[in-house]
Amino acid sequence: MMLRLAPVLIVTLLVAPILAGLAMALLPAFGYLPALGGEAFSLAPWRALAAQPGIGRSVAISLASGLVATAISLAVVLLYLAAATGSRLDRWIRRLVSPLLSIPHAAAAFGLAFLIAPSGLLARLTSPALTGWERPPDLLIVQDPWGLSLIAGLVIKEVPFLLLMSLAALPQLDAERRVAMARSLGYRPAIAWLKVVAPALYPLIRLPVFAVIAYASSVVDVAMILGPTLPPTLAVSILTWFSDPDLDQRFLASAGAILQLGVTATALLAWWGLERLAARLMAGWIARGGRRRGETSLHLAGKLPILLATGIAFTGIGGLAIYSVAGFWRFPDALPQSVTLDHWAQALPSLGGPLASTALIALCSTLLAAVLVLAALENEQRTGRTASKALWLLYLPLIVPQIAFLFGLVVVMEQLGTRPTHGLIIFGHLLFVLPYVFLSLSEAYRRIDPRWTQLALTLGASRNAVFWRVRLPMLLAPLLTACAVGLAVSIGQYLPTQLLGAGRVTTVTTEAVSLAAGGNRRVIGVWALVQACLPLVGFVIAIGLPKLLWSNRRGMQGAP
Amino acid sequence: MRALSPRFAPRLTALLPALLLSTPGLAATPDPADWQAVLEEARGQTVYWYAWAGEQRTNDYLDWVAGRVDERFGITLEHVKVGDTAEAVSRVLAEKQAGNDEAGNVDLIWINGENFAAMKENDLLFGPFAEALPNFALTRPAHNPEVVTDFTLPTEGYESPWGRAQITFYYDSDALETPPQDIEALLAWARANPGRFTYPRIPDFTGSTFLKQALIELTDQGEALYAPVEESDFAAVTAPLWEYLDALHPHLWRSGRQFPASGPEMRSLMGDGTLSLAFTFTPSEPAAAVADYELPPSTRSYVPASGTLGNVHFVAIPYNSPHQAGAMVIANYLLSPEAQATKQDLEVWGDRTVLDVARLDDDTRALFDLDQQNPAMLPPGALEQTLPEPHPSWMTALQDAWQARYIGQ
Repeated sequence: MMLRLAPVLIVTLLVAPILAGLAMALLPAFGYLPALGGEAFSLAPWRALAAQPGIGRSVAISLASGLVATAISLAVVLLYLAAATGSRLDRWIRRLVSPLLSIPHAAAAFGLAFLIAPSGLLARLTSPALTGWERPPDLLIVQDPWGLSLIAGLVIKEVPFLLLMSLAALPQLDAERRVAMARSLGYRPAIAWLKVVAPALYPLIRLPVFAVIAYASSVVDVAMILGPTLPPTLAVSILTWFSDPDLDQRFLASAGAILQLGVTATALLAWWGLERLAARLMAGWIARGGRRRGETSLHLAGKLPILLATGIAFTGIGGLAIYSVAGFWRFPDALPQSVTLDHWAQALPSLGGPLASTALIALCSTLLAAVLVLAALENEQRTGRTASKALWLLYLPLIVPQIAFLFGLVVVMEQLGTRPTHGLIIFGHLLFVLPYVFLSLSEAYRRIDPRWTQLALTLGASRNAVFWRVRLPMLLAPLLTACAVGLAVSIGQYLPTQLLGAGRVTTVTTEAVSLAAGGNRRVIGVWALVQACLPLVGFVIAIGLPKLLWSNRRGMQGAP
Repeated sequence: MRALSPRFAPRLTALLPALLLSTPGLAATPDPADWQAVLEEARGQTVYWYAWAGEQRTNDYLDWVAGRVDERFGITLEHVKVGDTAEAVSRVLAEKQAGNDEAGNVDLIWINGENFAAMKENDLLFGPFAEALPNFALTRPAHNPEVVTDFTLPTEGYESPWGRAQITFYYDSDALETPPQDIEALLAWARANPGRFTYPRIPDFTGSTFLKQALIELTDQGEALYAPVEESDFAAVTAPLWEYLDALHPHLWRSGRQFPASGPEMRSLMGDGTLSLAFTFTPSEPAAAVADYELPPSTRSYVPASGTLGNVHFVAIPYNSPHQAGAMVIANYLLSPEAQATKQDLEVWGDRTVLDVARLDDDTRALFDLDQQNPAMLPPGALEQTLPEPHPSWMTALQDAWQARYIGQ
């Protein structure tokens, strides 16, 4: 009985706040918000929006960075899978993909910024020997007006996400036999993969790709760190309007939020068009029957970009670590003149509170999500129905831009008179944690061999006993991995924490982003490093615990 | 009011609205004049202080204050870290619109200028309370009118002074021998040294202050700046400023196509050696940054001979704060010689005191002796030429005009 409620509960939990939030953005966007004196519908907010300096450019950058970052990430992942499946690099990358995914966006963005800035690590390592620069060159690299560094930052984070989603979907396709079949017809391996596996894989990862488009076109924290500034992306502009002391700006901001929804929808629509085009081109390419041409360059194109992305992500984190202990560090010295623990010593006393809040919120929202997801999946197993349609609803929080509905949600909460508490934030995080936990766990849950259940049932075990004593232990490894993903998602949340907590509840992430305003790279280094390491703890447990518990059962230790 | 049973309270308030509205001061409970009662009420309260948190040293000082007020007065102080004071103002305003008149989230705000003007205009502040604080007398307002004036507006006791800021330039003496002494010389210097100077992106307050400083030096209608902007011809008064900026921007860092987000970010660029000349609103910041390894030891500070803009920053209490007693006790503690001297200590924060040090007794005055040994500190007496802040409406008008002119070019 309780189990049957689970899917309904999940859908309500995810959909109701989003719809309520969107409604409270839509009404003020057309001038209606009695609490602020907007009694009648009007187009004034839209006229004000159109009159904002640089609004056209903001929209264009949001749209372009969303599409380009997604296209590059997807290409990197597909080419990599085509070129490297089964190689030594592949085993290595698969082991790295979880830690990479766990690095919060903000920390990765800081890492990239520290690396590629004109005074960053790369320029220091090559100067003055190669470049002749005695002082940092006056180049527009980070926060460039075209959004290139923003796109780079997004690609670094979206590649591991799409890779993980693809790796989860691939077992359904029996890729090895497909490739073997194609190879027996004379196709070289990478070409074979692209021609027979990729077209079947894409529909399975389409929803994650849409989520990437939506995220990339509406992201706030990465855009604040790496994105252009004059004007910033649409999402960042909306944030500034919402926090303007002149409350009339709320109407403008609401119109902006609806515009953001439109921008993301347009990006998705444009992607749909690109899908058609790509399908045509692919069909022609496959039909032509070329078996060998391009194999070598495919291998390069498959391996180099992913190595580059991984390398940049980890070097960036290394850069954060160096900055966090740096004494005075003049350009172009490759290393600081002195090393000091002062920055850590200063930060330590103020680390405790945010760390505790972060852990509490992340653990509670992940546990709640895990229970709900397990209940829904178990219900699916018992009733024998898979909820494929409802999956779209599950993706709703990932596809509707955060900035479009969160402010409306805050207005709803204000009207309901709820006080900003940890509970409210946990609820807010659940919106984003739940879909990811579901995505990470559902495949493993559905793929478990039904004969185990049947065997246990014939031995007289009840359905509940089967769940507790057979399925759950067998699924320990994927369950813990799903929880680690959930923790990472919760730890990385900036906007929901900031808005629903009224700024009163500080987590490591809100602290890192607010300190970023101070621009002290050493302090940022400390906090971003803490922020990056925290989710790692979850992954270490997720990988280590099954190995420890099932040290005598190799099959249950789970793939890394 | 509290003694009334809830049944009667609505009827009474229905009778009295006119009286309450006409004399908001009388409605001020707790009453700061009865300080003992305030102290008693404050004990056990948790005060949420919304304060800009972009500077680690400031945050550390607030931590220190939290420890002290807990020890002395039994008050728990929570620093709510905001990136922009406007966020706190908009929160109080939103609460008022939603009818939340008694249980606001914000108990204390670090504030001045246009944010104070906005809050006062919308009746969002508790008070008057500041002049009744026991330590307020130490600021000697009769001799220091700036502690009761905020961007030309009289504070009327709705905010309590906390610290002083003044534009101070700093430069790397290894890269630059004689820094420019006025705004025209700055342009000439920037032409000769392209990419070595910039200012924070508007609407950052340090950047906006630079605009005002330049406007004061460039315009020949200076007196217009001290009245609301609507009373003068904005375009005519500011024409020399835009002409100047149009000429300056191509020689700035990134050719004026990008600006640092804030004063501290500008300081990071100085630390890299990207810039050779920068400015801050906290006179001791360069010296403090040398101590924190952020700036090279060759850093020097100066204030141009004609003087620079300076102002006082304050703390205010929202009208709907449920912890007004606690907030007042903290505001009063912030004015104590101990708290002011610690704040001014270069090791701690380096923010200048609002107390009238010359009129303190000898022992207390000794607490405020500045460390003149640090070569990055300003020479004594450098801060004597302080230009007063224009009317707050100029800040907003300049910010809007700058954004319309330079965004999306």
